[in-house]
Amino acid sequence: MARLTMREAISQAMWEEMERDPNVFILGEEVGVWGGSYAVTKGFYDHFGGERVRDTPIAEAAIIGAAIGSAMTGLRPIAELMTINFAFAAMDHIVNETAKLHYMFGGQFVLPMVIRAVTGGGRQLGATHSQTPDAIFAHFPGLKVVSPGTPEDAKGLLKAAIRSNDPVLFLEQATLYQVRGEVPDGDYVIPIGKSKVQRPGKDVTIVTYSKGLEISLKAAELLAKEGVEAEIVDLRSLRPLDMDPVIESFKKTNRAVVVEEGWKSFGVGAEVSARIYEQAFDYVDAPVRRVAQKEVPLPYNRTLEQSALPQVEDVIAAVKEVL
Amino acid sequence: MDKQTYLDLYYQMVLIRRLEERGAELYQAGKIGGFMHLYIGQEAVSTGLIAARQPQDRVITAYRDHGVAINCGIPANQVMAELLGKASGISKGRGGSMHMADVTKNFWGGHAIVGAHMPLASGMALGDKYAGRDGVTICMFGEGATNIGFFHEALNLSKVWMLPVLWVCENNRYGMGTAVARASAVSEIQQKAEGYDMAHERVDGMDVLAVYKAAKKAIEAVRSGSGPRMLEIMTYRFRGHSMGDPERYRKQEEVKKWEEQDPIGVFCDYLTSNKKATNGELDAIDERAKADVQKAVEFAEASPEPALETLFDNIYAEEVQ
Repeated sequence: MARLTMREAISQAMWEEMERDPNVFILGEEVGVWGGSYAVTKGFYDHFGGERVRDTPIAEAAIIGAAIGSAMTGLRPIAELMTINFAFAAMDHIVNETAKLHYMFGGQFVLPMVIRAVTGGGRQLGATHSQTPDAIFAHFPGLKVVSPGTPEDAKGLLKAAIRSNDPVLFLEQATLYQVRGEVPDGDYVIPIGKSKVQRPGKDVTIVTYSKGLEISLKAAELLAKEGVEAEIVDLRSLRPLDMDPVIESFKKTNRAVVVEEGWKSFGVGAEVSARIYEQAFDYVDAPVRRVAQKEVPLPYNRTLEQSALPQVEDVIAAVKEVL
Repeated sequence: MDKQTYLDLYYQMVLIRRLEERGAELYQAGKIGGFMHLYIGQEAVSTGLIAARQPQDRVITAYRDHGVAINCGIPANQVMAELLGKASGISKGRGGSMHMADVTKNFWGGHAIVGAHMPLASGMALGDKYAGRDGVTICMFGEGATNIGFFHEALNLSKVWMLPVLWVCENNRYGMGTAVARASAVSEIQQKAEGYDMAHERVDGMDVLAVYKAAKKAIEAVRSGSGPRMLEIMTYRFRGHSMGDPERYRKQEEVKKWEEQDPIGVFCDYLTSNKKATNGELDAIDERAKADVQKAVEFAEASPEPALETLFDNIYAEEVQ
């Protein structure tokens, strides 16, 4: 085991997969000479060369479109969108092509491609650069949407995504890049579509993922001091959505809080809580609570921005409501 | 070009025409659903173009794709079955008129979002270049698609990376009902290639041999590594944009004038007046095409509907719980 940052874990996953398979290549804005706008591909250009680490024009439709086309020929592209906010300029290619071509042509070809993108707020980047629109992408059958909360999961899930014959949107929360965690040595893969209990407990189930995991773990520590043991289930992927560990936990605790960074309306919490009611109604002892971003375009001002984002104390308050 | 090739091109054009005429009847009869865009009038474009490709050259096009499918070698049976939404259709009844593909024939669809397939073409060409193969990607699109951003992103990328793409604009003079001059800042679409430092040429799209010659030259130029280039092929569709077109935007006299240049008639005249074929031989081809379309209709009608339990097949390549 080594202690790595999320950034290092993601970088290692790509590096090792590119060493393993010459068909894996990276394309995106500033991924090459610059080394990645979040330094995730630092050193890749010098080691793998410009053919495999391809700087693109600022043209998101071309980036995703070229990734699709090259995947149709058998390559395994990793397309980097500088942030998920820029995915809207490529929305047609993500929604109408990436998610549909395999099905629409009767399964004649596969799209073994990964779209990596930074998601989330909290960095005073203003309304257009701070969104957490993860749930939108999870709406579309045909796409897989993965978003890790720990370095270990980030590395194992990204390797799985690169080796998958299905298109995977891999969302990396920007403020988690510096988070450190234990990462197993050597080659390992974590299957996509498996939720994981990240903290055992018996009193309440907290369902979350990505940045929400960090917040929820802190909340759980504080709650433990008050004698409340929260069980935290990390979804890790939004589509496929693995509800089994959630339901199993809920049947034990009979209480749940869903924590997400994105807006509450039509979000992950809405989906997860509906499924809890559908699948475990007889076990409900309190209404499921949702902790999410306030319904406002994120402002630049730090205090205002933080007030709109879900905080540790919001999770604690929600847990106390359901207890 | 030998005699057999001439006759084969003629057969393909007639087959497309007859297949679509029957398709229109079946659509009116309610047996074909959704949107259907006929290629009638434009047959010389894809017939000449695709005759000029090598097997390793990929073809990708927009939603007016029945003719391209036939030219790429998809049997009429499977095209007709797809129009009827049957399990035996080339896309297993999932795609319909606008989404036909057969990757074993290097035909990659059939794409219904205007211009969205163009960045895919750059990607396919990148795939061939990356792997060291000498294939050329032939990307067809209507002139209306040159006004959307995808076109510009795709052309720019193909030039920056010197990708082996032949961009083929089928200029049929109307994007749905909007004439070129009402939608495009430049009247000659080929001028747009200048912005991306690409060689370009305008071609008479009612003359299958003119298309073939220009395409042959352009494809081999791209294959030689000289980078992407563009053909603007001037053509005209005799039918509406789709089956539900009131055609208020053009006069019937205009259509009639173009019908005098029917690409099948033009080619027929060429073949007989240059003694490449006799009227009897061409009549026999007409009959064969008619019979093949009749067989295709029978095949499609007799084919089963896709089984309901296959609804979820192929959403993903890998098992998802």
